[in-house]
Amino acid sequence: MKRQQLLFLYLGNSAPDSSAIGWSIYDGTGKEKPPTAVDSPPPYDSVLAAMLDGWRVIQVPTLKPDLQGQEYHTDYLTFEYVLERLEDCDE
Amino acid sequence: MNKADLLNTKQMAEFASNGFIRFDDVLPLDLCAEIKAIFDANSAAGRGPMGSPLSGIWPEDSPMYRMIYQPRVRGMIESLVGPDSRYDHHAVHKTPGGKLEAQGLHADAEIDVREDAFDIQLSIFVHDTPLEMGGTRFLPGSHFRRVHESQVGRYQHVKGMYQVVCKAGTVVAWHHNLWHGAQPNFTDEMRYMFKLRLNPTVKQQLLWNTDDLDDAGVNGILFHGQPWYGQENRIEQFNRIRLWRFLTNNPTFDTALWYGRVENEPQ
Repeated sequence: MKRQQLLFLYLGNSAPDSSAIGWSIYDGTGKEKPPTAVDSPPPYDSVLAAMLDGWRVIQVPTLKPDLQGQEYHTDYLTFEYVLERLEDCDE
Repeated sequence: MNKADLLNTKQMAEFASNGFIRFDDVLPLDLCAEIKAIFDANSAAGRGPMGSPLSGIWPEDSPMYRMIYQPRVRGMIESLVGPDSRYDHHAVHKTPGGKLEAQGLHADAEIDVREDAFDIQLSIFVHDTPLEMGGTRFLPGSHFRRVHESQVGRYQHVKGMYQVVCKAGTVVAWHHNLWHGAQPNFTDEMRYMFKLRLNPTVKQQLLWNTDDLDDAGVNGILFHGQPWYGQENRIEQFNRIRLWRFLTNNPTFDTALWYGRVENEPQ
């Protein structure tokens, strides 16, 4: 039985080989819980590095112009990539 | 108010840049013990409704009042939201020993569209909070981000995240928009964090000790950036310029023509 693992990598800009500035992992196999230490390093330095290790990219961030008057406002992490990997899982 | 108890300009710049400022050894240990006993007994309730003057929430002879009106705590409050601030709410946050999950990252309340004015929240730690006990984590520099409460909850790790590991008597004053969450508690003891939200009742300009207003070190503090900003670093510096213009009542404050460049429209 295969189960999905999701890896969210937040990058410094839109290029998949730019540096990771944040990350999250959600493990559908139930084997691993995300670390809670605030200084836990990202498992990969970039999306490209994760791809080289077998992760599949299933979402890339959309580039969109800022609304007029909102150009200098910031909100969510802009460059969010979502990657998946299918892992064996016991029934 | 003794000037020495107010924040100075460099400390205000730190608040404007990071969205929080921390002070250790603010409260005497005997007062911390009194307050902890109040938390143990669930008796920290105040007597005024939300929106009342802070000065009337707890009786003047009570430990709660003495905690908030310790000179350095009062100095933080008056520097950031002015005298006669308005009580918004308070909470005694409890994280039981053995709670191994981190609280999801979030910003309190709703999206706050105020451009300049801000509330503060005080986090007061009345017992030692070592690493294994948790403490609150804050994302430095997230206070300009307009997000809706826990919609940032899926961000587990962001570079530069700061965890409050401290001794009893530590106080953190933070901007209401700052992203934060409770860390796990790997001990078998209850962890307390007292949170108090306050609203300004005056325009938040030059409320601190401004003797060092022109100190050459201020810009370096204000514009040091964060490791998670990536290519949005410049937009974040615009936010700091805007806030500093407001705080100092100096509408032409700038650094390296960043704002002056885009404001330049000769007629």
